[in-house]
Amino acid sequence: MIRYVLRRLLQLIPVFFGTTFLIYVLVWAVPGDPFSGKCGQTACPQAYVDLMTEKFHLNDNLILQYLKYLGSLFTGDWGETFNGTSVGELIATSYPITLRLALVAVLIEAVIGLTAGVLTGLRGKGFLDNLVLVSTTFLISLPVFVTAIVLQLVLGTELGIIDTSVSDNPSFGELIVPGIALGSLSMAYVARLTRTSIAENRHADYIRTAIAKGQPNSRVVGVHLLRNSVIPVLTFLGTDLGALMGGAIVTEGVFNINGLGGLIFRGIQNRESATVVGVVVLLVLVYLLMSLIVDLLYAVLDPRIRYD
Amino acid sequence: MEGNMRRSRRLWGAAAVVTTLSLVLAACGGGSSSSGSSGEVDPNGTFTVYGTEPQNTLIPTNTNELGGSKAVDAMFAELVAFKGDNAQPYNQMAESITTTDSKVFDIKIKQGWKFHDGTEVKAKNFVDAWNYGAYSPNGQINSTFFENIQGYDDVHPADDNAKPTTDKMSGLVLKGDYEFQVTLKAPFSVFATKIGYTAFAPLPDVFFSDPKAFAQHPIGNGPMKFVSRTPNVDIKLTRNDDYKGQDKVKFKDLNIKIYASQETAYQDLLSNKLDFIETLPPSALAGSKYKTDLKDNLVIGHLLGISTIAVPYYVPGYDNLDLRKAISMAIDRAQITKTVMNDTYVPADGYVSQGIEGYRPAVCEFCKFDPTAAKAAFAKSGFKGKLTIASNADGGRKEPLVAACNSIKNVLGVECDFVPATDFGQWRSIVTGHKLTGMGRSDWSADYPSIEDFLNPIYRTGASSNDSVYSNPAVDQLLQQADSTPDKDAAIKIYQQAEDAIAKDLPSIPVWDEKGVAAKSKHTKTVTLDFRRRADYSSVEVTK
Repeated sequence: MIRYVLRRLLQLIPVFFGTTFLIYVLVWAVPGDPFSGKCGQTACPQAYVDLMTEKFHLNDNLILQYLKYLGSLFTGDWGETFNGTSVGELIATSYPITLRLALVAVLIEAVIGLTAGVLTGLRGKGFLDNLVLVSTTFLISLPVFVTAIVLQLVLGTELGIIDTSVSDNPSFGELIVPGIALGSLSMAYVARLTRTSIAENRHADYIRTAIAKGQPNSRVVGVHLLRNSVIPVLTFLGTDLGALMGGAIVTEGVFNINGLGGLIFRGIQNRESATVVGVVVLLVLVYLLMSLIVDLLYAVLDPRIRYD
Repeated sequence: MEGNMRRSRRLWGAAAVVTTLSLVLAACGGGSSSSGSSGEVDPNGTFTVYGTEPQNTLIPTNTNELGGSKAVDAMFAELVAFKGDNAQPYNQMAESITTTDSKVFDIKIKQGWKFHDGTEVKAKNFVDAWNYGAYSPNGQINSTFFENIQGYDDVHPADDNAKPTTDKMSGLVLKGDYEFQVTLKAPFSVFATKIGYTAFAPLPDVFFSDPKAFAQHPIGNGPMKFVSRTPNVDIKLTRNDDYKGQDKVKFKDLNIKIYASQETAYQDLLSNKLDFIETLPPSALAGSKYKTDLKDNLVIGHLLGISTIAVPYYVPGYDNLDLRKAISMAIDRAQITKTVMNDTYVPADGYVSQGIEGYRPAVCEFCKFDPTAAKAAFAKSGFKGKLTIASNADGGRKEPLVAACNSIKNVLGVECDFVPATDFGQWRSIVTGHKLTGMGRSDWSADYPSIEDFLNPIYRTGASSNDSVYSNPAVDQLLQQADSTPDKDAAIKIYQQAEDAIAKDLPSIPVWDEKGVAAKSKHTKTVTLDFRRRADYSSVEVTK
């Protein structure tokens, strides 16, 4: 087990270098001058462009630029935006907020999605099954920005139940509606996935054995059936948390949440490459760690899985 | 998928925790902000405005865009200021500005004004700040604003590779604690108005010891002082009670709230969480929805700017006066501003924005919609092929230009396409690199309210925003003559002659002129939109 974890952690190193290099190159190699739109209808003074070019090492070749970036990254310096704000500070303030939002979204996905999936999986065809089928199809077909804007307009502007935007440092409560918007798509997937998995395993041999042994129904479902059916769902949820960290761009924009998604979005808009690279590096790390945790959780759910 | 027979309660335990947690979370959700207002003006109220993240450091010589200037302009007071409602210049920190030849200006400043750190504002604070702004190694984004001053070329050589020989402009001479003299390279009568621009603000002594730290906590001499800034969240300012200028504010705290999306800001405004937004999002403009949404809370100003379509001389086939006339007369400006732009713009009829001193109606005789004359001119031009209009497509730029293209197509029976660029940056690099293959959007907004600012930067040979690459020696000569005419009214007359000459050549086609449609919350009793699309803070009154 420990060897497995160590091996996985070691694997992170080449992945880290590979992804950061690719991102760095992609972001900085975008054709065009990052300063061409900075001075409105007039061209920027050459002195300003020169100063910025020197500050961001834009005259060096890309490999050298990347090495310089890595060098400062390892000393804890994430770089600076064009307006002189430290990227490290930006990430430090927005990271907890996105984490909170992603947690809320995953909780909503897990609780509502799993419940709907288990209920429909157990009961099979019927009114409830059709209801879940229709509503999940509906959710899957809606893009996140539509869900988010509809929730904002109806609950916020029209009914006044929620605020149309969240505060600077939103509480979990404020993030429930944005979390629903963010998690709605995955919630539908979780429900579908659980339903299929449960329906499949319901007729498995070990379930028949458990029933034959005279186990109470709650135990058959809760322990034998659910525990085995939840493995694919867990894989999905785990990677989804990683995806949500970055996929929150739209939701964070609509509800004006100052998180990582918004940071990337603004970074791309203003060509603040230092911000984009920084945040994406962080997301890569989170994603890698999440998949490691999910892999480790398999063993907890299914002891037959061995890592060495 | 198979399972195992191990008995465990772990999963149920986890499920129970999750359920409980989610119930707790649900219980603390929600909350509403709307509260009634008594209608009484609150001198200690807070005014919250829509903001965007400043693109540069918060230093006057390095701030040139709306996001940063919302904070910087409130913190600094220049020698000259402009009235919020009609953009008339008046002496703010200047006691007097005198000149006999429009080349040497003698400037006396008012005594007793203080920076927010308690030090007195003296003449040297202006001189030092201007020298800092102009000095090329400092790389200030507004450095070209100082180019009229004698000695600018020594601190900021035109050749990019040359090193400056000094860091002080010879044209700036201190005459005492409260007086200094500015000598220009050549006579420039509008200089006394130009120094009202943000870049000409004074900087306190503490700035020069550590500009970087200063940018994190700017200290100015303006009506509001810096409190705090959280990147991507907000910039907070508060009233400077010692302020001596005319444009004092009548509320206490200014909160510039930064939004990722204009749509969200607009929703916040409708639910009175935000007090002011200077532009309305496309969803509110569509079908003039904003008129019913806002009613009394609509704020209409008049921006000093103009939208034109540049017809570059370097594009083959376009250097044809009849073609330019035909295109111009084929655009139904009245219809497009009404239906496509939902009354947020008015048709343009000259090269100067309406509301600028020296503006005359109908200077551009070919800017009237006239299908018959347009067809005749087009036949005369002998143009063959396809017309294009290029622009960045975001921010509602595309729709009016597509409509203009359709109008041209319908009248002239020639193909006309809109060519999108991905973003403003890419768009500007196409234009400044002279890579246009057809017409291109060319909008201008004034930095300071003067007819000069609508002509010199755009139509002089080699000017910084001469998108059409227009060159007419007669125009250049008139502009130079106007620049060196000390008498303001006489100068305006010569600028008008230059405008007439430009209107005959049609280097770009004036299309529309933005009104400036803003919105306020119901907690805001009064607010004016100034000519640079910002709330005029001194006009703001918030209610309890």
